[in-house]
Amino acid sequence: MRWACVVLPQLALDGVLRRRSDPDAPLALVTGTAQRRVLQTVNPAARALGLRPGQSLIAANALTHDFTLVEYDPDEIERWQQFLAAWGYRFSSHVSLCYPRTLLLEIESSLALFGPWPRFEARLREELTTLGFRHRIVAAPNPLAARILANAHDGLAIASDEVMRATLGKMPVERIGLAREVATAFARMGLRTLSQVLALPRDTLARRFPVQVQQHLDTLLGERALALECYVPPDEFDVRIELNFEVASHQALLFPLRRLTADLAAFLAGRDSGVQRFALHLQHAEAVDSIIQVGLLSAERDPAMLFELARGRLEQVQVVAPVRGVRLMARELPAFVPEHRELFDERPQQSLPWEQLRERLRARLGDESVQGLRAQADHRPEHAWQTAGDAEPGSILQGPPRPGWLLRQPVPLRESAPRILAGPERIESGWWDGGDVRRDYYLIETRSGQRAWAYRPLGESGPLMLQGWFA
Amino acid sequence: MGAVVALDDLLQQRRIWKAQSTPLPPSAQPTGHAALDALLPTGGWPESALSEILMPGEGLGELQLLWPTLARLTRSGERVVLVAPPHVPYPQAWQAAGVDLRWLVIIQASGRDALWASEQCLRSGSCGAVLCWPQRADDRALRRLQVAAETGQTLAFAYRPLQEAINPSPAALRIAVDARPAQVRVLKCRGGLPPSAAIPLAAGQ
Repeated sequence: MRWACVVLPQLALDGVLRRRSDPDAPLALVTGTAQRRVLQTVNPAARALGLRPGQSLIAANALTHDFTLVEYDPDEIERWQQFLAAWGYRFSSHVSLCYPRTLLLEIESSLALFGPWPRFEARLREELTTLGFRHRIVAAPNPLAARILANAHDGLAIASDEVMRATLGKMPVERIGLAREVATAFARMGLRTLSQVLALPRDTLARRFPVQVQQHLDTLLGERALALECYVPPDEFDVRIELNFEVASHQALLFPLRRLTADLAAFLAGRDSGVQRFALHLQHAEAVDSIIQVGLLSAERDPAMLFELARGRLEQVQVVAPVRGVRLMARELPAFVPEHRELFDERPQQSLPWEQLRERLRARLGDESVQGLRAQADHRPEHAWQTAGDAEPGSILQGPPRPGWLLRQPVPLRESAPRILAGPERIESGWWDGGDVRRDYYLIETRSGQRAWAYRPLGESGPLMLQGWFA
Repeated sequence: MGAVVALDDLLQQRRIWKAQSTPLPPSAQPTGHAALDALLPTGGWPESALSEILMPGEGLGELQLLWPTLARLTRSGERVVLVAPPHVPYPQAWQAAGVDLRWLVIIQASGRDALWASEQCLRSGSCGAVLCWPQRADDRALRRLQVAAETGQTLAFAYRPLQEAINPSPAALRIAVDARPAQVRVLKCRGGLPPSAAIPLAAGQ
């Protein structure tokens, strides 16, 4: 038992119904050209009204008007298939969409994780039902056999090749995936079931039918390997939630936001990557989307943290119009490197690592709010320091003591004759970069006992300019 | 066993008055000034608590009071956060005092955001010391800082103007820096009566 086949008999209808609040109301999917509209699928309630697939829209309207019409959209089906493949990828690393409306999962290697097959199957069924998709599930030793058996069975689990052969043998020839003319030819030869076909000598079958027929039968019995194209999850995350009503307060956006960030975290966990930058689009009915960029300093994927950061940015934003939809896009998904932790941590009481704290502060106070400090080898005080994202020690000039505090802008000293404790020390530099400085610096003590660092530009006689405090 | 520990805690925090006084366990956070350590009941900064430094103006040696502690913390790889400092720290002076600038973080914020940031840093427990300059901080804000420092077991320092000395404060330690004469007085310390002696402190040396 290696492959599970999940057949989705009414994928298009389920895809439409799961979005609607009243799935039991009559509904029909319509397709065809504008001249000849034809019902593609109808739900049970519509069937009860007498609507049938293949009926023309005019005939349907003649019967009743009490049903909803939805356009049948092949792209939509493709999207749901991708969605379900992503869902199946959580259970198995080999997920294939090679047959339409069918999900093939390699299950043998997943059994250790998800328990014995009955429990695993129950879980698959439960989740599919919650998602709102009708399904039939069959497990068989090879993928094609699983697909063919799902035509006639539901809940079948076959472990051995002999049982599979016997069960397949009872299948009618029309339902084993053969081309229609081949199946008709078999039927006219009086062969009704697969076992009768298999009883024929190989060479006579090869003589009368094209080579594909023999190949198909061999694949079905597992005597010929089948190369399946496997589902590869996409490289970016782009999910949108449409709101049923217009939202004007951020409180009401928190629920969809939480769902989106949780989806993103699950997606990242599946790919073993993190996210460093994502965008939140708030979609409006008539205005352009409001875009909120959420940036992190390192790749993260913890759902609670992603939600909190996105929420921190969201709360700051003033939106021009009510919001109709929320969309989360993440394009850069770098590899996730778990944080390095010491076994014997120096600070065992640490409840929030510094990286998370830094992101939280940046989310509320702005990207530039958390800074490091770097020394610059320059005699001019204005150029002696630099803010740095991650500070590495700069070079330090040796010299007379410098004040602990440096004023951002020098201000004139209010006192006229302070006591000069040291100085003058001349700083003359910067003629090469336009920031020419020629000053005499003094260490002074004010009348109230404060020690300050002040200067007077060379050749001027104005008040001393206060530039620092010896704190 | 748990009850015994709780009783010890109660005695250490001086919530129960005992006629016969027992010496408090020494603090693991010495101030780095031998004279000040001798004055304080635990021989150092109160651990996981808020300490207030009250000063009439700037340039009175208020940074020198902390530099030995900050130097010790950064050298052992603990992060020191300055929340909304009034001026730019001059790297040359800080490095000369022994502070490892790689572990120094400056947070730019104002008003209530600064208080919020201080509280977050204290509560997270990922910093060794948090310095803040609360403006117009009321009793409630200081109490929050004190509780956050307890939660995160982090040293918290708040620089405030000397006029605030007349208002009560939940801080575990209150120190006033005087200009003339240049000295440091202990106004309040948890775990003992504040000593009446002042210790001299000279700025700019």
